[in-house]
Amino acid sequence: MSCSEKQEQIKKTIAGICSEFNDDPNELIAILHKAQGHYGFLPKEVQSAIAERIGVPASKVYGIVTFYSYFTMEPKGKYPISICMGTACYVQGAEKVLQEFESRLEIKNGQTTADGKFSINTLRCIGACGLAPVVMIGDKVYGNVKTEEVKKIISEYN
Amino acid sequence: MKSKQIKIALRNCGHIDPERIEDYISYDGYAALGRCMFEDTPSSVTDKIKQSGLRGRGGGGFPTGKKWELCAASVSDKKYVICNADEGDPGAFMDRSVLEGDPHSVLEAMAICGYCIGADEGYIYIRAEYPLAIKRLKIAIAQAEEAGLLGDRIMGSDFSFKIRLKYGAGAFVCGEETALIKSMEGNRGEPIMKPPYPAQKGYMGKPTNVNNVETFANVAAILNRGAEWFSSIGTEGSKGTKVFALAGKVKNVGLVEVPMGTTLRELIYEIGGGIKSGKKFKAVQSGEPSGGCLTEKHLDTPIDYESLKAAGSMMGSGGMIVMDEDDCMVAVAKFYLEFIVEESCGKCVPCREGNKVLYNILDKITHGKGELSDLDKLKNFGNIIKSTSLCGLGQTAPNPVLSTLDNFYDEYYDHVVNKKCAAKQCRSLITYRIIEENCVGCGACKRVCPAEAISGELKQKHLIDQETCIKCGACIKKCRFNAIVVE
Repeated sequence: MSCSEKQEQIKKTIAGICSEFNDDPNELIAILHKAQGHYGFLPKEVQSAIAERIGVPASKVYGIVTFYSYFTMEPKGKYPISICMGTACYVQGAEKVLQEFESRLEIKNGQTTADGKFSINTLRCIGACGLAPVVMIGDKVYGNVKTEEVKKIISEYN
Repeated sequence: MKSKQIKIALRNCGHIDPERIEDYISYDGYAALGRCMFEDTPSSVTDKIKQSGLRGRGGGGFPTGKKWELCAASVSDKKYVICNADEGDPGAFMDRSVLEGDPHSVLEAMAICGYCIGADEGYIYIRAEYPLAIKRLKIAIAQAEEAGLLGDRIMGSDFSFKIRLKYGAGAFVCGEETALIKSMEGNRGEPIMKPPYPAQKGYMGKPTNVNNVETFANVAAILNRGAEWFSSIGTEGSKGTKVFALAGKVKNVGLVEVPMGTTLRELIYEIGGGIKSGKKFKAVQSGEPSGGCLTEKHLDTPIDYESLKAAGSMMGSGGMIVMDEDDCMVAVAKFYLEFIVEESCGKCVPCREGNKVLYNILDKITHGKGELSDLDKLKNFGNIIKSTSLCGLGQTAPNPVLSTLDNFYDEYYDHVVNKKCAAKQCRSLITYRIIEENCVGCGACKRVCPAEAISGELKQKHLIDQETCIKCGACIKKCRFNAIVVE
């Protein structure tokens, strides 16, 4: 698909999403939720398509995408690893668990492995403080994670 | 063990099927709304809430009835009720539990609030990270509309009230009501100066009443059992109960609901079962991430808005994290600051730049590069940020630093002057050493060391080269002879 064809395709999809919300700029956050649900992330092309459609500057859309931590401009890995850094997890050693994942996968928090398989990010409390420290890979929750177990957890996805 | 608890906000959680409106109705559900509309006037219902002494459970502690009264007094063709379900505090999950376990109690209270202030539309601003709560709310709203308990002409009366959901997108500052309203309008969640208060000019420029989930969850119970009953529970200035998410180094972690006035000691030792694995209690952090760290000497402080504030912490929304002797208070303060630096919206300078300065100083201290004058700077900057920031986030952000400085000054001093971290958490300030007498020269530590910092022939004493050691602690975990110590 050529570049302009791809852009046309994005515009069409975005038009569909925006019209569900009557192209209302007040619904921008809801539109971004829906767009991210569709694409998995919010690249520049998607942001400008939304801006154009609902009639706001692209800078405003960018401002919102970068303000809220739920929105991302980076594609996530096939198996997104989320490490909870809420206080309960922190005092139970979440930082060491994060470091272990980072060194084993050779990426930093917020990055995706070159093969697109894993990405690491941290979250603030998923409300499972009784299981601290908690790691989520996709929808699967791992509780009471110890650094020694990180290798085994990763191997489940290899 | 958990007998000190009284359940009001959590009264139905776990007892009813949250996806069946019949269950909620059979526990007096929607009875309070019915009585309000047919037997009572808006102002008299508001008076009852005022008399009960209910105060905002989201952290602020503003009297709920008073808030409703202010909004009711604003003249407008359109008003809104907003439920703040953007529970962004790390370590708190009270609201999620109410929404997942008893969604109708929130819907009913929002409708009652709408009746009192003269609004016909309500929004629940909820975190997108809570998919189950969203699902249950959607089911609950559909069932209530179907049953004629929400929507047009509720129960055949003249009162109509609709509830919709709006999703947050992960910004802690949106817990602040003016920021929340900005976010609902499709903007960055940046707070604005008050006044005008949302009660005069809120969502879409119309008078708006914002209450938190737990606050709403108390409303129908108060109206069903009476304001006097509610105000008989708790202390002079803080009535009713508070839900806490007890976590950290206590034996029993989870949600508890206790009467106001319960002491921290009762909460931690009687309900929480004390500290895990026989360790020593060190501190408890309430109202995080902007509350203070309280110590042993504060354990008999009754939990209420004023007492916690006087002790240097705050009620907050209900996170309660217990720490033991293995936690370094400087590192903990740095952890909270890191959160604040990330979540500061950036609109006002003291919060945006000031907290970064605090963070950098703490970072320096935990790396062993702190000076004694840094401790004065922390205090000075902290107080400036508190008194000059625009919203609640900045005004409370330095609390963890200031309270740990007050209560654990020796620990800061130790980091700065002796370059020591007694809790052995700050990597730059600890060393791993092999105790010669205990070392049998098995080589296990040498093999596991990722930095190749350990030398020594088999069956000979081993040695750690401090220059190359990265302090990962792998050796100490491998050693079976207790021959390695952290100092």
